Amino acid sequence: MKQKKYWQSFGELKNSDNYQENVQDEFGEDLPMAEHEGIMDAKAPRRDFLKYVGFSTAAATIAASCEMPIKKSIPYLNKPEGITPGVPNYYATTYIQDGDAIPVVAKVRDGRPIKMEGNDLSSITKGGTSARVQASVLGLYDTARLRFPMANGKEVSTFEAFDKMVADSLAGLGGKPVVLLTETITSVTTKNVVASFLSKFPGARHVQYDALSASGILNASAASFGKRAIPSYQFDKATTIVSLGADFLGTWLSPIEYARQYAVGRKINQKNPEMSKHISFESMLSLTGANADDRFVHLPSEELAVALNILAAVGGSVSAPKLAEERLNKGIKLAAASLKKSGSTSLVVSGSNNTDVQVVVNAINQQLGAYGTTIDWGTTLNTRQGDDAAMVQLVQDMNDGKIGAVLIHGVNPAYDYFDAKKFESGLKKVVSLSFNDRLDETTSICTYALADNHFLESWGDAEMKSGFLSFIQPTIAPLFKTRAFQTSLLKWSGDATSYGDYFKQYWLGHFGSQTAWDKALQDGVVEAPASASAGSYNGSALAAVSTVAPKALGTELVVYSKVALGSGKDANNPWLQEMPDPITKATWDNYAIISFAMAKELGIVVDDNYEVEVSKPVIKITAAGKEYSLPVLVIPGMHKNVIAVALGYGRSEGAGAAAAGVGQNAFPLVSFNGKTFAYSVSNVTFAKSTETYKIAYTQTHNQYEGRDEVVREYALEEFKKNPTILLDVRNELVEDFATETGSYRDDATLYPSHPYPGAKWGMSIDLNSCIGCGACTVACTSENNVAVVGKSEVLRAHEMHWLRIDRYFATYRDNSGEDNLDDLNVVFMPMLCQHCDNAPCENVCPVNATNHSSEGLNQMTYNRCIGTRYCANNCPYKVRRFNWADYMGADSFPDNQKGELDDAVMMMNDDLTRMVLNPDVTVRSRGVIEKCSFCVQRLQEGKLKAKKENRPLETGADGKWDIKTACQQSCPTNAIVFGNVNDKNSPVSKIRSEEQTNRVFYALEQIHVLPGVNYLAKIRNTDRHVGVAEEGHEEAAAEQHEEKKAEAAH
Amino acid sequence: MNHKRKIFQTLYSVFILTAFLSISELVSAQDGKALFNQKCASCHAIDKQLVGPALKGVEDRWDDKKMIYEWVRNSAAVIKKGYPRAVEVYGQFNKIQMTAFPELKDADIDAILGYIATGGAKAAAPGAAPVAEQSAGKESDSNMLYGILTLILAVITLILLQVNSNLRKMSDESQGVASAEPIPFYRNKAYIAIFAILLFLGAGYFLFQSAQGLGRSKNYQPEQPIFYSHKVHAGVNQISCLYCHGGAQESKHANIPSVNICMNCHMGINEYAKGPKLYREDGSEVDGTAEIQKLYKYAGWDPSTKKYTGDAKAIEWTRIHNLPDHVYFNHSQHVTAGKQQCQTCHGEIQKMDEVYQFADLSMGWCVNCHRTTKVQFTENKFYSIYEKFHEDLKNKKLDSVTVEKIGGTECQKCHY
Repeated sequence: MKQKKYWQSFGELKNSDNYQENVQDEFGEDLPMAEHEGIMDAKAPRRDFLKYVGFSTAAATIAASCEMPIKKSIPYLNKPEGITPGVPNYYATTYIQDGDAIPVVAKVRDGRPIKMEGNDLSSITKGGTSARVQASVLGLYDTARLRFPMANGKEVSTFEAFDKMVADSLAGLGGKPVVLLTETITSVTTKNVVASFLSKFPGARHVQYDALSASGILNASAASFGKRAIPSYQFDKATTIVSLGADFLGTWLSPIEYARQYAVGRKINQKNPEMSKHISFESMLSLTGANADDRFVHLPSEELAVALNILAAVGGSVSAPKLAEERLNKGIKLAAASLKKSGSTSLVVSGSNNTDVQVVVNAINQQLGAYGTTIDWGTTLNTRQGDDAAMVQLVQDMNDGKIGAVLIHGVNPAYDYFDAKKFESGLKKVVSLSFNDRLDETTSICTYALADNHFLESWGDAEMKSGFLSFIQPTIAPLFKTRAFQTSLLKWSGDATSYGDYFKQYWLGHFGSQTAWDKALQDGVVEAPASASAGSYNGSALAAVSTVAPKALGTELVVYSKVALGSGKDANNPWLQEMPDPITKATWDNYAIISFAMAKELGIVVDDNYEVEVSKPVIKITAAGKEYSLPVLVIPGMHKNVIAVALGYGRSEGAGAAAAGVGQNAFPLVSFNGKTFAYSVSNVTFAKSTETYKIAYTQTHNQYEGRDEVVREYALEEFKKNPTILLDVRNELVEDFATETGSYRDDATLYPSHPYPGAKWGMSIDLNSCIGCGACTVACTSENNVAVVGKSEVLRAHEMHWLRIDRYFATYRDNSGEDNLDDLNVVFMPMLCQHCDNAPCENVCPVNATNHSSEGLNQMTYNRCIGTRYCANNCPYKVRRFNWADYMGADSFPDNQKGELDDAVMMMNDDLTRMVLNPDVTVRSRGVIEKCSFCVQRLQEGKLKAKKENRPLETGADGKWDIKTACQQSCPTNAIVFGNVNDKNSPVSKIRSEEQTNRVFYALEQIHVLPGVNYLAKIRNTDRHVGVAEEGHEEAAAEQHEEKKAEAAH
Repeated sequence: MNHKRKIFQTLYSVFILTAFLSISELVSAQDGKALFNQKCASCHAIDKQLVGPALKGVEDRWDDKKMIYEWVRNSAAVIKKGYPRAVEVYGQFNKIQMTAFPELKDADIDAILGYIATGGAKAAAPGAAPVAEQSAGKESDSNMLYGILTLILAVITLILLQVNSNLRKMSDESQGVASAEPIPFYRNKAYIAIFAILLFLGAGYFLFQSAQGLGRSKNYQPEQPIFYSHKVHAGVNQISCLYCHGGAQESKHANIPSVNICMNCHMGINEYAKGPKLYREDGSEVDGTAEIQKLYKYAGWDPSTKKYTGDAKAIEWTRIHNLPDHVYFNHSQHVTAGKQQCQTCHGEIQKMDEVYQFADLSMGWCVNCHRTTKVQFTENKFYSIYEKFHEDLKNKKLDSVTVEKIGGTECQKCHY
């Protein structure tokens, strides 16, 4: 009896009393005013009450009789052409971080960049973004940014003085070489600047260092193809995708591009339902693994063996070591069969940084004929060029006193180099200069610091893939006394031109005419891809790969990077810190993720109380001679002998108020194997300690109170056989409620339906394309001024995200009646206000603060709201958020909140940080409910644009969009489609009425709230059974629950 | 019978034709005026020299009408060609080039010329829409009337009550019934109760009224750093509002013009001599020329050398119209899409010297207007999606579509 149920937490899975109690009371605490000693506790409450009334009336009278504040209106002296206050300008530019380069369009309102949008013109991203790209605009207003040049920890007043000091230092090196240590540089002009700088200093060299290295792939490419580069992977052309631990949807190489391509193969055409097959082999549950059709776990030390086994199984002449686990072997067989079937349209990728593994992966792809079809050597990916060995060599040389000066740009080895101590001691022996944007771990120990401009303040270019250029143009004048680091390099190599001029001159020469250059800058991207090429494969490297079976290495630990934080450069970005991790749903921390089995071994009881209790047991881990005390999170889908810890946490004070002291730094667990960095450790020992630690995770907030199923999922074959399987559910509702007319919509309610004379807004979310990356969550935060509440508030379920992504696990129950937690599917479901046509929230508001618009919006009027929270209680989707405190400082003095709210929240209230607020959206104050508005400000703007141009509104018909919601715009996979349902030609109405009729469903359709958001059922290309159990699992569980209750009553 | 019908038909068609012609004439004149105000009025007046020459008799000064068309569309080209009148005008007016209007067609220019020829003298201030002041006045009159009536009735009631009690007392006395000692009315419980209730109601009413008025500032008229008279600019000289407040067409803000826009005209106009005398609130006279000098100081303009010194300073105007932060108001929605006159909300600005806040800008005021104002329903193609309303209009089920009808009074049209 294999049954399955979708669950978000262990509590839900077991559905026991404690869990029920927890979810029933959405607002399980009293209003904060009752926490203090209230007037009711006083000895003479009536008198005190009168006193308070008297005082407040008098105070209010005095306050009201004051004169209104005088406001000034200060116009421009000379208004620049093209700028109209109140009208946003959009500039194409490029997001740059850790070597990544993503074409974006920055929305600039009244001189301030306030929102990042993807650049639709880029064929790489097609307008897609990631959470980090969305959040990068906040980085511009980061309070921890370095505001002036510094030497020996003191401010230097002018650039000239600073230049002189540096020039003197560089002149006095006594013949020792200068080294430029940077992140991967993709910019053509910057490379030229670097070259001319290096040529001025004899023996100087340039070292590129990637904290999250791809040296393994680069080395393997050099071995197999004689070219140290990364080819273009084309997931859209693949019919079978096998990922060996590569989190290509979340963090691996170029996730936005891959996610977009991946979604192409995952979209279902109803008439001919076909999709790619995606199999993942990994040690921990990654975002990519969560999206896989079939998923198998192995130990990190087995990654080479797994790759060799696949190679052998697809016909490679290699002797593969035997693997012990039966399930894994089955998986390899399954993968090989699918790969062989797909042949040249297969794609195998590996996230390993081990050269040997990558050599084997190259051999697999060569064996399958993937080169030239799904892997293109004509275009290479340039965003990772770092060489681990060169970095290790540099640190050695620094310690050996062979280096004169190190100039550091964009990297932070004192934090993210595996042997940071050695780097620090080396740095003390050289003249050191940092161009980093803050006093981070490295910069704070450098002799000189001269911050580079933020990318939104810079000129520049990036060639993220060969032939694909993206330009950077400033959207705001530098906020602080910072300077483009290229300008500094030019200056110190004796060239007085600024980089801005240098850059313009270069590209003007390249494009030949001002018009062509202007267009390039305006579009932001220029693409001249080379024709696809298979490269010249050389199999000799394979012979050197060891085929010895892996030894048992005890418990192993993997360090991984999170979708939100990456290598930790963005750690001071509260939007990213507060974005729940797609898998664990935890915010503001890193922790040790362990399996269910390991938890049992440790004596951690994973019962219904597990998630309800925020205090997590702490374990002591000893790995590679280092000791860590980390709280544990139990997550299904982990290998039973693997512990996973996220990178990017544990930053120093200098990183900023939001980053400092959050989590622990896991970079020391990285090691160097002689060729490349290794991101796993074996022979780890661990023990449970008596301590506990609170983890703020949103998993148990906002529950559906036992209503199900919220998500719908089917296997591809099942769907093909029975395409109307979903409609049967609806037919049941018609039978139950609308036997006479057959219209469930009209008949199942007492209320009259709303007329929608003009537009009727609707959204469609394709669960098949949604990968759960969280870009929409951050885009929504940025667009709608959603407050950051800090860890202490998330712990109390006070997070404010208007759009959350629900993560469901689905597991089988095996014959013993236990849930097999390894054999799982994960479904992501973006959940936002559903804008119900029969909205339960509207009926219960005593002050009519939430009501229905003639365009189908469930409107929330903050000024009417008195905070009864009835609406949130009555919302079946739990998407309404209550402002427990004045998070945004909308109506109080910031000092009042110090100590009450976390430092990160206070940081968001800084005058500098508040510049990121969208002036078209009200900043909510304490005591009101808020929720998704379907980006009503964008709807109004789009409608007005159409009105002014005297034409009908375009909501996506023929690819013309007046309106895209922030979440839709940010989505890398186009999972979200928004538009006017009344317009028969709009994509959203086409999806509902023609294209996807068999997959359209509404969340909790049976409660007849008539949502304005529809979902498209998830289809999984697997032979396993997916979807809910056919026979009464829930009923059984409910019965069980009732019985338990009855027992308790006795 | 047939014969008669024919005559009737002819008459009818003639009537229609003349009506049509006169209407079309009206339309063109109307267009000419509108176009003049929109395109020309910022630099030209009909019978007075502004930045550009007075346009009265312009057709006589140019011997070739075609050259006028060309000149309007692209004056630089005409000068380049060396057309004598063009070169002459260019020289006369400090070689300031006239803005090119390539979008104007011959017919448009004819319309403008026609408007100039009719003298334009009859033209009133630009589109001053009659404002609801009158009706408001009426309402307050009748309120007063009701108040007085109520008061009189109340007094009569009081007197009657008093008379009644006196009569009763007398009748009691005459019939020999012993009656209690009369209580003076100020100790009479009934009177006290009535008085207390009235006081409570009255105080409540005033409290409510003044509480509602908190934060509203109707008639607010602050003193500005420069005595800038809208009457002189928009009224006497008929400069289009949008020449300075161009933002009103495209932005949520109407925008106070930047100093360079003032200087467009004031580079040439450096004294205030011919206009009506200007007075401040306190009755003191304003020296217009001195006010222009203030502008020069802000702009950093040296009128003697006719050059910018570079020493400029922003003008800190005092903002008059303030909406709370939780209100979204967009000028372009009202001006461009809704085709509203500025005066609808700002009052007869062309008659104000220093501007004051005309409306209280309360929500009730906004909503009332949205309830009665008709949208450009058939004119603007945006509204084509409202198929049902179009049908109802055709079937005469609806006579017009107001802003409210299309959701203009819903919360989230202004609050989000």
